[in-house]
Amino acid sequence: MKDEVESRDDRVANLKGMGCSRKRVEDARFTQGKGNYVDDIKLDGMLFGDFVRSPYAHARVTNIDTEEALKVPGVLAVLTAADLEPLGLHWMPTLAGDKQMVLADGKVLFQGQEVAFVVAEDRFAAADGIEAVEVDYEELPVIVDPFEALKTDVVLREDLVAQDGSIPDGAHGPRTHPNHIFTWEAGEKEATQQVLDNAEVLVEESMYYHRTHPCPLETCGCVASMDKVNGKLTLWGTFQAPHAIRTVVSLISGIEEHNIRVVSPDIGGGFGNKVGAYPGYVCSVVASIVTGKPVKWIEDRMDNLMTTAFARDYHMTGKISATKEGKITGLHCHVTADHGGFDACADPTKFPAGFMNICTGSYDIPTAFLEVDGVYTNKAPGGVSYRCSFRVTEAVYFIERMVEVLAIELGMDAAELRRINFIKKEQFPYKAALGWEYDSGDYHTAWDKALTSVDYDGLRAEQAQRVEDFKAGKTRKLMGVGLSFFTEIVGAGPVKNCDILGLGMFDSCEIRIHPTGSAIARLGTISQGQGHATTFAQILASEIGLPADSITIEEGDTDTAPYGLGTYGSRSTPVAGAATAMAGRKIRAKAQMIAAYLLEVHDNDVEFDVDRFVVKGAPEKFKTMKEIAFAAYNQAIPGIEPGLEAVSYYDPPNMTYPFGAYVCVMDIDVDTGVPEIRRFYALDDCGTRINPMIIEGQVHGGLTEALAVALGQEIAYDDMGNVKTGTLMDFFLPTAWEVPNYETDHTVTPSPHHPIGAKGVGESPHVGGVPCFSNAVHDAFRAFGLRQTNMPHDHWRIWKTANELGLHD
Amino acid sequence: MIPAAFDYYRPTKMDDVIALLKEHGDDARVMAGGHSLIPMMKLRMAEIPHLIDLQAIDGLNEISIKDGQITIGAMVTQHDLINHAGLEAAAPILREAALQIADPQVRYMGTVGGNVANGDPGNDMPGLMQCLDATFALVGPGGERSVAARDFYEAAYMTAREDEEVLTSVSIPVPQGGYAYEKQKRKIGDYATAAAAVQIVKEDGKCTAASIAMTNLSDTPIYSADAGAALVGTAVDAAALTAAKAAMLGDIDPTEDNRGPVAFKKHVAGVILARAIERAWSRA
Ligand SMILES: Cc1cc2nc3c(=O)[nH]c(=O)nc-3n(C[C@H](O)[C@H](O)[C@H](O)COP(=O)(O)OP(=O)(O)OC[C@H]3O[C@@H](n4cnc5c(N)ncnc54)[C@H](O)[C@@H]3O)c2cc1C
Repeated sequence: MKDEVESRDDRVANLKGMGCSRKRVEDARFTQGKGNYVDDIKLDGMLFGDFVRSPYAHARVTNIDTEEALKVPGVLAVLTAADLEPLGLHWMPTLAGDKQMVLADGKVLFQGQEVAFVVAEDRFAAADGIEAVEVDYEELPVIVDPFEALKTDVVLREDLVAQDGSIPDGAHGPRTHPNHIFTWEAGEKEATQQVLDNAEVLVEESMYYHRTHPCPLETCGCVASMDKVNGKLTLWGTFQAPHAIRTVVSLISGIEEHNIRVVSPDIGGGFGNKVGAYPGYVCSVVASIVTGKPVKWIEDRMDNLMTTAFARDYHMTGKISATKEGKITGLHCHVTADHGGFDACADPTKFPAGFMNICTGSYDIPTAFLEVDGVYTNKAPGGVSYRCSFRVTEAVYFIERMVEVLAIELGMDAAELRRINFIKKEQFPYKAALGWEYDSGDYHTAWDKALTSVDYDGLRAEQAQRVEDFKAGKTRKLMGVGLSFFTEIVGAGPVKNCDILGLGMFDSCEIRIHPTGSAIARLGTISQGQGHATTFAQILASEIGLPADSITIEEGDTDTAPYGLGTYGSRSTPVAGAATAMAGRKIRAKAQMIAAYLLEVHDNDVEFDVDRFVVKGAPEKFKTMKEIAFAAYNQAIPGIEPGLEAVSYYDPPNMTYPFGAYVCVMDIDVDTGVPEIRRFYALDDCGTRINPMIIEGQVHGGLTEALAVALGQEIAYDDMGNVKTGTLMDFFLPTAWEVPNYETDHTVTPSPHHPIGAKGVGESPHVGGVPCFSNAVHDAFRAFGLRQTNMPHDHWRIWKTANELGLHD
Repeated sequence: MIPAAFDYYRPTKMDDVIALLKEHGDDARVMAGGHSLIPMMKLRMAEIPHLIDLQAIDGLNEISIKDGQITIGAMVTQHDLINHAGLEAAAPILREAALQIADPQVRYMGTVGGNVANGDPGNDMPGLMQCLDATFALVGPGGERSVAARDFYEAAYMTAREDEEVLTSVSIPVPQGGYAYEKQKRKIGDYATAAAAVQIVKEDGKCTAASIAMTNLSDTPIYSADAGAALVGTAVDAAALTAAKAAMLGDIDPTEDNRGPVAFKKHVAGVILARAIERAWSRA
């Protein structure tokens, strides 16, 4: 028999389980153009809906005339707020406890806001119908600056001011101004103040982390189909959280949840842009109910950039104190957060500024205080993308800039300053000043490995020489060495403190083993390019001893998949991956009983070995998982139900805390402001590594996003609230041309509380990459007195920095 | 991003093109590669009820080099320019410039005629053609005529071409001396923050002729005769570079946009020009 000649190594290799760089099973269809995205869905009689959008950032809508539009051939209906009001659907709840207009209810609050929904036979007729809708606007003063918003008497949200002019509490407590959303605090205010007051060294710095957007290749969209015969609504869409969408649709429409089926087909990138609920979904559902036909809505690129979930827009001011030797003693952070016209973040309920309180970073900072003010402005709502609702990117950028600024103040090397302040290996689990308990880490080892790999001392020597040469007029290029060390907080999260709209943030996996020894597993998450069908099968392969190639992974259909909160915030592996392992272990437990019965020994006398149970001490006596699967269905076993299935809902005991050390070497042309990335080294520690190739791919992608954000990508507004970067001509989406060669590396510090020790990696490179690129730009000018200059570091801003430092004279 | 409805024509004879243009006047437009026109239509910044595709017209795709004259048909693509061995030898600046336009996908479609006729100050070929002192051949209801590239551009999207005229070819005297096309852009596929086309003749260590044109620094391309003149008679030393830069800065008039404020653009224009001159001189 084949099994007998196969070595154990062969058997391990055959499984393609954890730790192997299994090729992505998804790629066969993606690379052949055979993916099935929402816009590929075509149903009989399907109609197309699209929006009339506001050209103004702040205006009253005094009249909407749809008469001409209805005359356009192919146009069937035009929905306005007045049509939705009787259904109570002209506003909808946001995931942040605010509410948002579905269609302009008397006013608009940002450019591109949805004003009317034109339903037509095809998208071309809809486009012509949009042109023919006449909307009368009365312009109002536009507020795009959150600091001004807190001073002005221009009220953006009249719906949030009481009749007597008083300001009722918001979803997150008291509000101080009509345009104020919340104040959120963490840490110890007085104690921090005291530490700062008595500090040997104190620095203060302000920085603006600009608004940007993830710009997934596939924009947002959906197809709604109401079957009037059986009363069932099916909604296909670009949903990162299909189950949550089903619950939200049920709550706002009154349709019972079992009569709603939400399906996420293939998704062409999400990055948080596809977490929230959009007016397009609501209008498509209503239009399908009204017309009795399926209705499709697909954003174009400008719609996507201008109106769906943005990222960042954080104005941060920090104070950091230290001893003369560089030991950090205290940290203070204040944020003015620009949320746009509605608060449509997707934070866990108790965290209106996400996990911004991870802003003490990787350092042992004994005392800290954080204060965040959320503010309404005349900009698009969102704040979900690129890790944005969790605000970890902002937090890491903040601390990694503050550490650099402190190094400048102390005249110290920034790598050394980090080293003396890192949380030490033996301090884990480490309770941070702002509340989190870091599960594990070994920062010094990672840092030393990174610095050695890039020959850090050599780089500094070269840089010093470059400065000399520059001063001597021998070169016009400066050299920057960008450092960053980040600690992520992912895997939201423990139900005790993490919920969205009251839905606990557990996740799930359900496994069915087929009689012939193959399997299907369904999860509450949904891949948007992360390769779940590949990696979750690998977890299971290792747990249940069936080859990954024999395991189908299915996600995204709420009629079949178990309930889960979806994929964002690097939570799939920490939460659903854990559920997968736990469900696999239930399978294994039952398999053990079956094996023992078949081998005629006691349950405890068999043990699992790769792909089989063997009799302890007699390895020639075994039953493979394949044989066990067959027996489970075909043999009457006393005391054991037939079948081999399991389900697990996993509520994580803690978050996981991936970390990493990045170094960027950059040359900057002082005269043109053009930066050139010579080298980028990224060491990631995401705990147990399920598929090294996929990790590397995730790191490459995330670093490329980070490069974009740091060096040019932004959603910029002019004073009138017009979006200046609404097309890919001005919005920077890097291609292979702009991207350097990345060097990846790793250490492995497994999570102590995760069943397989994995921590999540999807967002690490973005989180750690942005400060690394930005620090490289800053570092190039350190010798000439630069302390802080805001991103994005595009050509003209870098040039301006050089100019202001007198380097063009 | 869906254009307004339009009628589509694909005539095979130039006479039919002219007849359609005459019939529909401002409501008609010819389309070459479509890579400037179609985006404008999709953004509904241009509404073109009658779209006349030039792809089926014969005789617009030729490149000829003879008697010191290069002639490039209007429908020659940017990709064709890059891959034409004869052109690479006769006028290498064309290839150097074309390689800095857009990306391969756009260059497979985008044509020389469309690029110079478009009238967008961001296009690279108008400045290039001014530097090379090209002449554009136009055909219209009244027959053929030619206009010098240096006289062709009036303002953004306004050229000497009449509505009923079609640009059929571009003629260039075979350029002499060293060359350079230097362009700063934010990313692949971007129009210039600043670009300079330079052609320089060197004799006995001295510059005897120089031609300089700048792109995307005014509402038209800028041929700076003074900048060229500042180099003539010099050894293209630091003083000459400074003089050429100063002359060029006197001719351009950039405006602020997402690429940056005016001061930045002027500074970069000077840097880019100096680099182009230095490279051209080193090749002269
Ligand atoms: C992503 C992207 C990046 C780009 N980057 C650059 C760049 O860096 N530099 C650059 O120079 N260009 C750039 N372009 C523009 C590109 O080079 C276009 O192809 C070119 O500007 C127009 O050529 P076309 O053949 O596509 O003309 P079309 O788009 O077909 O026509 C453009 C205009 O010229 C008119 N026209 C065309 N042919 C004739 C003719 N024979 N006679 C009279 N009128 C005519 C048309 O009526 C129209 O008004 C870019 C385009 C894209 C989409």
